[in-house]
Amino acid sequence: MSAATKPASTADAQTMSGAEVVLRALKDNGVEVIFGYPGGAVLPIYDALFQQNAIRHILVRHEQAAVHAAEGYARSTGKVGCVLVTSGPGATNAVTGLVDALMDSIPVVCLTGQVPTHLIGNDAFQEADTTGITRPATKHNYLVKKSSDLARVVHEAFYVARSGRPGPVVIDLPKDILINKAPYTEPPQTEHRSYRPQTKPDAEQIRKAVRLLKAARKPIVYAGGGVINSGPEASRLLGEFVRMTGFPCTNTLMGLGAFPAQDPLFLGMLGMHGTYEANLAMHGCDVMLNIGARFDDRVTGRLNAFSPNSRKIHADIDPSSINKNVPVEVPIVGDAGEVLAALIAEWKADGTAQDKPALAAWWRQIDEWRSKDCLRYRQEGRIIKPQHAVKRLYEITRELGRETFITTEVGQHQMWAAQYFGFDKPNRWMTSGGLGTMGYGLPAAMGVQIAHPDALVIDIAGEASILMNIQEMGTLAQYRLPVKVFILNNEYMGMVRQWQELLHGGRYSESYSAALPDFVKLAESFHAVGMRAETADDLDRVIREMIAVDKPVIADICVAKDENCFPMIPSGAAHNEMILGPEQEGGVAGVTDEGKVLV
Amino acid sequence: MSENGNAQRAATIAVLVENEAGVLARVIGLFSGRGYNIDSLTVAPVDETGRISRITIVTSGTEMVIEQIKAQLDRLVPVHKVSDLTMEGPHLTRELALIKVVGKGEHRVEALRLADAFRARVVDATTESFVFEMTGAAEKIDAFCALMRPIGLAEVSRTGAVAIARGPRGLN
Repeated sequence: MSAATKPASTADAQTMSGAEVVLRALKDNGVEVIFGYPGGAVLPIYDALFQQNAIRHILVRHEQAAVHAAEGYARSTGKVGCVLVTSGPGATNAVTGLVDALMDSIPVVCLTGQVPTHLIGNDAFQEADTTGITRPATKHNYLVKKSSDLARVVHEAFYVARSGRPGPVVIDLPKDILINKAPYTEPPQTEHRSYRPQTKPDAEQIRKAVRLLKAARKPIVYAGGGVINSGPEASRLLGEFVRMTGFPCTNTLMGLGAFPAQDPLFLGMLGMHGTYEANLAMHGCDVMLNIGARFDDRVTGRLNAFSPNSRKIHADIDPSSINKNVPVEVPIVGDAGEVLAALIAEWKADGTAQDKPALAAWWRQIDEWRSKDCLRYRQEGRIIKPQHAVKRLYEITRELGRETFITTEVGQHQMWAAQYFGFDKPNRWMTSGGLGTMGYGLPAAMGVQIAHPDALVIDIAGEASILMNIQEMGTLAQYRLPVKVFILNNEYMGMVRQWQELLHGGRYSESYSAALPDFVKLAESFHAVGMRAETADDLDRVIREMIAVDKPVIADICVAKDENCFPMIPSGAAHNEMILGPEQEGGVAGVTDEGKVLV
Repeated sequence: MSENGNAQRAATIAVLVENEAGVLARVIGLFSGRGYNIDSLTVAPVDETGRISRITIVTSGTEMVIEQIKAQLDRLVPVHKVSDLTMEGPHLTRELALIKVVGKGEHRVEALRLADAFRARVVDATTESFVFEMTGAAEKIDAFCALMRPIGLAEVSRTGAVAIARGPRGLN
């Protein structure tokens, strides 16, 4: 990438400061918004920001939130999210967000300030070894030590963040580099010297895959976040492929929205809290097509019992995801959209017929599993069931027909949101899947609302998670972001409580949310609107009011305290050993110590 | 990793990397972070401009783990090329060692006799010590050190393996 760069103009090369070069490079990479928090080492960039109008800066209240906001922005738009934090604590606070983006393959570029080059290594004030700390937390990182590298590094960082399997990239910027004059160079047109991700699938592998799929008697399509990351066209192609084949389709937590939830060919989410039909179809299939998913442990359950009789095809843009956990017969390296387009073309070109009677018999089996109605619950009496709260939220937003984006925190509420809120389009669902970061949802919602000012953005939260980044209510107020925080308040860290109930003899060690704030007053003190639903009769009214208010809202939904999230594959169990509901909770007692060590 | 093939094998992996700050830390961090073994690792620039370095890693694991190691190395941004020399046909492996032996009288004579048999060169000598230089496979150096131990082996410095494929084909 370094070879073909040339100065933009000789005048610029002499007159721009490093900070101005950074901003110009951001602009040339399409950055419109940057989430950040100032500090000593990045003051030159803040000074340059002050003197321009092209890039809008959103002042967060904590650097972790800046990264989550950039993630929400990136996931809801398909663009690269951008973050600016200072050295030392600014950078270390950002680390959780960076790892979150790494695990979920979200493109983020994070600029961190650094002490001037001559002080690096001297334990200077607010110095941290940022590139050392963030090396395993990022897809790649840079420390800029020469002004002449500055523009090239920023361009390269954006390319690395968005291409291949996307991810976070850190650029560590010593203060002297930001103050000194630096040459500006345009984004290069040449290939990177060493980094060249493969996006086009191998034609022979596609032929092998189609031959397997045509002969399948019990096929399944298992699609994940790679389809979302590839862009909306990949989701359209997934729909086309599934409909032309008539195959059942399941999505991972990260893939929700890649295939429409309303479609009869959709089996729902799979995995630990996935549907009965999706998990049993995964277990019983004879050919599995994995597109853009990574056989995560939440999905596979016990590995040696995972889908034991299937021949597997795995398409992923990251070759290291293939054969990592589950050996597959047909590996395909490529971008999900390009793989799907190639599969569709080859399916049409291939003369052999599908085994339609076998497929029909497979669907009869799946429909039998479906008839268990594994997500049923009974809403009786005054106490609000958390499932019912999410379901009503979904139904009411659907009825209103507004463009709706959902973020979540982490825990039971997250799983209920995944189970009961149906997504028909990609990029409408942002959740922390891989890292499982409590505190993700509120700042992510902020980022989504910045990108989509007129949309309805709801953070489905738990009362414990929301407190992890509650300070961002201040950011919502400052920028008048009408984000709705929908708290399923059961006064417990619900997922911890559930595991303690099922696996640790009901000893609820430190999982009670004691001394909670009054969320209505909390909202009011942050210039937002607070409301509360205490009984089932309040629920619809509160949801409608929450949506109607054109301000940030905290809706405190008081739900049943001891509700568990089902279906559930206990840790260390196989897909066909899942527990459907409370009446089978005894099944968890059989979890072995080997199972208990799993998270 | 309980699937087919729990058998461990050794692998000598050559990695061509961009010679930039932190690249070795990325490679080592990858091994420690993901729990892979490093039996030895050597690194030095190998092209005329000094922009490309070659890292030779000797590791071991199941077939699936070794495939993972290669894929994980290959996706590091500054990595140009990853080659599993063990799997890609015949190759040569050499290691260089500097071996200090301290002793007097008969021990000195015996040390020189063995060094001659192993084709080790004397690169430093005093009245009571020798430093031998030898190259060869790791086993040969192991054997030489084992013989020198009773004679007065004082110190060993080894490079770890460097390796290259036999025949005309180059790695780049």
